[in-house]
Formats: sequence, structure tokens, C-alpha cells
Amino acid sequence: MPPLAIPAYTATTALGRGREAQAEALRARRGGLRRNDFGTAALDTWIGRVDGLEQAPLPEQFMRWECRNNRLAWLALQQDGMLDAIAALRERVGAERVALVLGTSTASIGETEAAYADLHEDADGQPQFAPGMRRPIVHTPHSLGDFVQHATGLRGPCVTVATACSSSAKVFAQAARLIAAGVADAALVGGVDTLCGSVLYGFNSLGLVSTQACRPFDAARDGLSLGEAGGFALLERGHAGSTLQLRGYGESSDAHHMSTPHPEGLGARLAMADALARAGIDAAQVGYLNLHGTATPANDAVEARAVAALFPDTLHAGSTKGWTGHTLGAAGIVESIFALIALQDGLLPGTLNSSDADPACGPQIRFDNVDRVITHAMNNSFGFGGNNCSLVFGRAA
Amino acid sequence: MTGVTRQQDAVGARRAELAASVEGIGFWSQGLPSWDAAREVVNGGAMPDAAPSRPSPQLLAPNERRRAPGSVAVALEVALAACAAAGRDPATLPSVFASMHGDLAITDYMCATLSVDPQAISPTRFHNSVHNAAAGYWTIGAGCVQPATAVSSFDATFAQGLLEALVQLHAGAPAVLLVAYDAPSAGPLAQVSPSIGLLGAALVLSQSPIAGRPRIRCTLRDAQAPAPVGPLAEIAGDNAMAPMLPLFTALASGDDLACLHAGPGRALRVEISHA
Repeated sequence: MPPLAIPAYTATTALGRGREAQAEALRARRGGLRRNDFGTAALDTWIGRVDGLEQAPLPEQFMRWECRNNRLAWLALQQDGMLDAIAALRERVGAERVALVLGTSTASIGETEAAYADLHEDADGQPQFAPGMRRPIVHTPHSLGDFVQHATGLRGPCVTVATACSSSAKVFAQAARLIAAGVADAALVGGVDTLCGSVLYGFNSLGLVSTQACRPFDAARDGLSLGEAGGFALLERGHAGSTLQLRGYGESSDAHHMSTPHPEGLGARLAMADALARAGIDAAQVGYLNLHGTATPANDAVEARAVAALFPDTLHAGSTKGWTGHTLGAAGIVESIFALIALQDGLLPGTLNSSDADPACGPQIRFDNVDRVITHAMNNSFGFGGNNCSLVFGRAA
Repeated sequence: MTGVTRQQDAVGARRAELAASVEGIGFWSQGLPSWDAAREVVNGGAMPDAAPSRPSPQLLAPNERRRAPGSVAVALEVALAACAAAGRDPATLPSVFASMHGDLAITDYMCATLSVDPQAISPTRFHNSVHNAAAGYWTIGAGCVQPATAVSSFDATFAQGLLEALVQLHAGAPAVLLVAYDAPSAGPLAQVSPSIGLLGAALVLSQSPIAGRPRIRCTLRDAQAPAPVGPLAEIAGDNAMAPMLPLFTALASGDDLACLHAGPGRALRVEISHA
């Protein structure tokens, strides 16, 4: 595929607000996980919570979209000059020529949960949402896309991708297709997911949540830590002066099981190989791979084998879930941004909280950080339903 | 792109045509359990005498057919019907699953259970609550390792899903499966997110013109799409996926134009050349 420029990007996670907070915490190996203090905090687990959302309501004109998830979207958009960059792009190419493709797993279902926790009986004795909760948009998966569309004034194709934990990786692929087909000249991509009862208790019901801070690729790992995050990036064809680029994407399905990865990592391998092929590079040219690495026993062993099958021993691959927690539908954008930081700063994160590598790990899986200039970085995001996406990023020559 | 200015490139790209052949169509609504039945009523014919109350998707094992959420059942039913009509092996097709809400009954279950006994959440219902549940069951049932996506865009979901299917063709996929569906709402959620009955439709779209198959050509523009009218809208107009019905009405009746709501002030104009 022709490379697409990435002239601006930002992320807000448990590590802090904006790009520098991410880079600094990755470099200092300072994790953002804490003991669960969300909601009733009844589950014994660790979470990657974004501070300050409770004190950051949406501006008055956006009250229709008010909810934790859109608060985080708004907070993230205000970092690193992203709103200004969007406005400048809108002026330059035209609002209708900028696509908006955002990923989320649960959108603002936290608001629907809150409505159910505060039902009022009507005259017929039927339970009803409180008046302030009767805002249809926040009870749909497109809550995020609709909010950002209104907040940015973009008028190109606008869609929310919701393929669980691969959502905001797939947004790069869909946006690249819209641009390649001439439906848009540029795109705002990104993703936001926030902590809520559905995911905390849902992953708990599957036995996938650890009582400790997650330990990706450790032999003793016993589950994930959930997190919340938001991130955005601009994609544009032929943007002079921008050095970061989307070089390739690969997507696949496992065709195996709804919540367990394919035992040989079939889909993961297909997605990675497809991304490398579309980028037109060999596996040996990848300097850093941000792994999906959720710290569930199944995912990490399968992913480690798939990586060992495709890449030389020299690859530096790690999971940053120990820093941020698993941010679900936001993992794709956040970890793509970590890959962009690796490209820009030569900072290759290892893996936090882990000490004894699982026997399935090849020499590619690294626990320590390394400083090294690289030419290509990659990100893996895999989701429920066996939904896989890999992305390749590079720098303009 | 060396030597091509952005402006030239954009002008060239604007000429790019978003077009596809409609190789196969699947349809299922309450009372109209097939595309043949839908075509019949659009053209003035009668409703079938005895229509099943729920689809029974053959892609799933018999026990799974009964247990599958309604949204999954209707999506898999129309997806398989479209592949059969196209004569395409489901395992070979990348797919786009478009649904405004996913499965509202599961959302109702999740939120109701969380409000009384969060530890009682069913793991199966939880993994079925993801928006790509139907896409997951489809790729598993069909043994399909091709990419699958799941999208939502409020009342513009169908048009945005169609757009993604068309740009997948443009990016080189020989054929793409588009599946659109929504399920009935449930509980207190039904007051804010209304949707009645099961409704699903699927298209197998391909790049090349094919004799005997309709060809669609799509443009995104500033316009207000009119509300769906006609027999399909009378039967299934209260389902959240009703904004897709103008295209299926036109495909059934031989009309050469359908206008689909594509977002605030935006519409996808679909020109249809019937073979």
C-alpha cells in the first residue's frame, strides 16, 4: 500500500495525559496500575484508571453525549494540540473529505449501567430510565463516533468499529481503505474505552482477571488487569513534513472460538504476515513489536509461538499491558502510539511486572527496555471472536 | 506517489468509482423469511402463509441454533442465504457486519444483572455481548480465516457498512459479504433504544460486472434520505436496521435509485443497473 502520513497523534492512559506522559512512564518503567478502586471496588484486582475524569464533565454544548467514555475522548482530544491539528486539517482539505473511524469495545455502556441502577417506576409500575438518562445516543455503540463527529465538525464517512480488543487497530485499516478509494483525503482515527461493570465482571466471569498487577509472558501469569484509555491519530496521504507513516495493515479471523485464541495462533500469524506483505518488508526489518500480550495464560503462549514462527531472534517484542492494563477497544490505538514513540524516540519498551519467561517465549519476547534507532515498528491487537489486526509503522525516507 | 501533488492525487481519487455487482442477496424479517418472500410482497404479492418466528441458521449445530442470540441467528441466516445465492463458499469471503445496537436483549441482561448481582454475570452472555459476536460465530461456523469487521453508526449504520464493503473491494478483495441486522429491544432499554422484531439482510458484492446480476454505484453526498416507505417498511420499519430497507425495496422492485441515510445531513446515493 502507499504509505500514509501520521502528522499528529496523542494518547491518554493510566500513565497520564498526552504523548510525553506515555513516553516518560515507559522510559522510567513506571506502571499505571493500582488496586481496584473503581465503583464499589468489590473485585479484588488491579486496574489502569485515568485520573480526573470525575472532575471533567463535558462542556455545556455537549451534554447530550455526557458519560465517562466521552469525557475521556474529550480529555484525550485536548492533548498534544490534537484539536488544533484536526481544525487545521478540516480547513485545508474540507470537512467532508476527512473520515472519522473510531474503535471501542463497550462505548458508553457504563451510562446504561448507571441508568439501570437508578430506575423509576412510571404510573403503570413499569421501570423507566431517569429523565436525564433518556439520551439514546449514549446507549449505543456509536456514542463515541457521534460525539467526536459533533465535537470536531468533521463530515466525511463516520463509523465506529467494534470488534472487541482489535477495534482501534482496525480503524487504521478501514481509514486507509477509505483514503485509497478516494472517499476521503485524510482521516481521524482512534479509540476510547472506559472502565465499567460490564467488562470488570464480564472478564471476571470468564476467569481471566488477575488479583495482581498483570504479568505478561511470565510463566506464573494468571490473568489480565483491565484499563481505560483514549487515543487519536491523523492519517493523510502525501503530507509533506511528516516523518511517521502507516505502512501496512493485516486482518484475519481465527475461525476457532469466541473467547479463546486458536491454539497454533493461526489468525495471529495470518494478520502479521498480511501486514508485513502490505508494507512490502521482511520480518527482519521490524525493530519493535508491541504484542497483544494480555497476560492471560492462553493468549501469551499462543502469541509467543506465532511471533517465534515469523520473526528472527533479533526482534525486540514486548507487551505494555503491565503499564496501562488491557484497555480493550482502546488497546489498538494506545499501543500503536507506543510503536510510534518507539520509532520517534528509539525507546523500545520491554514488559513490566514479569520476571520468569514462559517456556513458550522465544528470544523475541523481551522484559527489559532497550534504546535503539529502528526503521519499522509493529503492533498486534487480537479480540474476542478470533478477530485479529496487525499494523506496521515506519518513517519517511 | 512521488511527483504527484496532493491536489492532483485528490482529484484523481475523486473520480474513483465505488461500484459493485450484487451477486447474492439474503433477507429475513418477521413474516418474510427469505429474499424470495420479500421480493414477492414488494411486487404486490402475498405474505407467506406460515413464516417461522425465528431463523434457524444451518451454519450452527442444532443445539447452538436454539441457544444463539436472536441477533446472531438472523445475521447467520441471511449471510448463508446470500452466499448460497451467489454460489460463493462462505470460507472465502471477508465480511462486514453492520448493526446499530448489536444484541439489545443481552445489553438489557448485562445491565439488569449488574444492578442486582454483578458476580452472577454469565460468561457466555458476556462473550456474546461483544458487537462482533455475529461476525465471530460466522467465521467460526464457516471456517473462515478472512478478515471480519463489525461496525455501528447509529441510524446510518447500514450506509457506513456498505461503504466499508465497497472500499474493501476497491482495496483488492474480489468479493465481500455485507451483513446488516438488528434485534428486538428489551426491558427499560426499549424506551430509549426501541427496536422491534428481528431484521437482517446480506449482500455478496463483487468487483467485476456479471451478466444477469444488478450493479450498484454509490456516492456519498449532502442530502437528507427520505424515510423508508413501501411494504418492507410497513412490515419491518420498527426495527433499528430499517434505514437499509430502501436499497432492498429498490433491488426487489427494479427501481434504479435508492437513497440511504449516511449520517447527519449526509446520504449515500445508490444507482442500480438491473441486469
